[in-house]
Amino acid sequence: MKSNKKGNGVDRRQALECMAWAGSGLLWTLSGGVPGARVIGGAEAAASGFSFVQISDSHIGFDKPANPNALGTLEEAIAKIGALPNKPAFLIHTGDITHLSKPQQFDDAEQRIARARLETHYVPGEHDIIDENNGQAYLDRYGKGSKGKGWLSFDHGGVHFVGLNNVFDLKAGGMGNLGGDQLAWLADDLNGKSASTPIVVFAHVPLWTIVPEWGWGTQDAAEALKLLARFGSVTVLNGHIHQLMQKVEGNVTFHAARSTAFPQPAPGTAPAPGPKLVPAGELHGLLGVTSVAVKGGRGPLAIADSSLAG
Amino acid sequence: MTRSAFRLLSLATALVVLGGSSARAEETTIAIDNFAFTPAERTVKAGTTVRFVNHDDIPHNVVLADGKVRSKALDTDDSFAYVFDKPGDFVYFCGLHPQMKGEIKVTP
Repeated sequence: MKSNKKGNGVDRRQALECMAWAGSGLLWTLSGGVPGARVIGGAEAAASGFSFVQISDSHIGFDKPANPNALGTLEEAIAKIGALPNKPAFLIHTGDITHLSKPQQFDDAEQRIARARLETHYVPGEHDIIDENNGQAYLDRYGKGSKGKGWLSFDHGGVHFVGLNNVFDLKAGGMGNLGGDQLAWLADDLNGKSASTPIVVFAHVPLWTIVPEWGWGTQDAAEALKLLARFGSVTVLNGHIHQLMQKVEGNVTFHAARSTAFPQPAPGTAPAPGPKLVPAGELHGLLGVTSVAVKGGRGPLAIADSSLAG
Repeated sequence: MTRSAFRLLSLATALVVLGGSSARAEETTIAIDNFAFTPAERTVKAGTTVRFVNHDDIPHNVVLADGKVRSKALDTDDSFAYVFDKPGDFVYFCGLHPQMKGEIKVTP
């Protein structure tokens, strides 16, 4: 399950049919694990059911040439969410809220995100746990109501949401890591849930292996996916790679979101990951947010990515 | 006297004390560039100070695989120094990006 470039690694049977660039983003739908082509308009997104928005990799505190104003682009992202024709039910932030886990960076992020006036569910990225106490600052701020090192679950509109932490206790030579405690909790959390319950999993590092030598994958993701295999509709939302990427495998749709701060190189186009410097006029087209619409009942989920340029 | 000048003086004093009580300490540098430790493998004598300097736009840290040492996060141009005073082979990695690995071989 390795995919080295966008859209690769999906066989014909499972192929995600590209639909249309509908104004601000590429749209596609998923119903019971079977993707289908469909055009979506802005007003249609939440005609019934609900929607939520994913933001990721805001890296507050980053001030290098790839984007000297990461706070400003987060503000733009939040303004974009505020202007959505249908109000999302909540936000999820898939980590790297800050660049260096400093209190001021967490404060700045929190104040800007609060402008959306939406409940926000967080999972940490590796940049959020580099305070002197190895993540305690994150847990003190966002860990209330979560388990272990910040993992959590909740239900909304018939969908079960699971937030995972795959950036703690990483092992030499490895990638992202969930660990035995979290996997045991996940097994317990999913136990008794009907297979027809749509599941949305969110975590910082992708749960499918994109580029192992860049650490773009999660060492023990297969253990989590085994637990999810019996469900008819599983949507996995990640960040970390600062670019759009998606893959469908069986009933599981994997999707990685853009950053609100800076882009990273596409696999194979650079010797290493890291902030990618682009001409100033191109930056906003490479940053963005992701909206997910749930039509109620057993899905479908419609995922729409929109850039800050639109 | 400013605080930083005082710190410098304290550091100088400490170095003089150290220099007087043990063999002359050696120092070597490992650069962090493009998500890699360079050189990835280095052999040093016991007692050598190894300084890790981050040149990336992204923070990294240094964690000994045996779990005994974990540096603070190193922002751009920050460094972390550690004295390898016992012989042996020490694998280390970046705790944020664990695909980044290196090894210090310490000879007696």
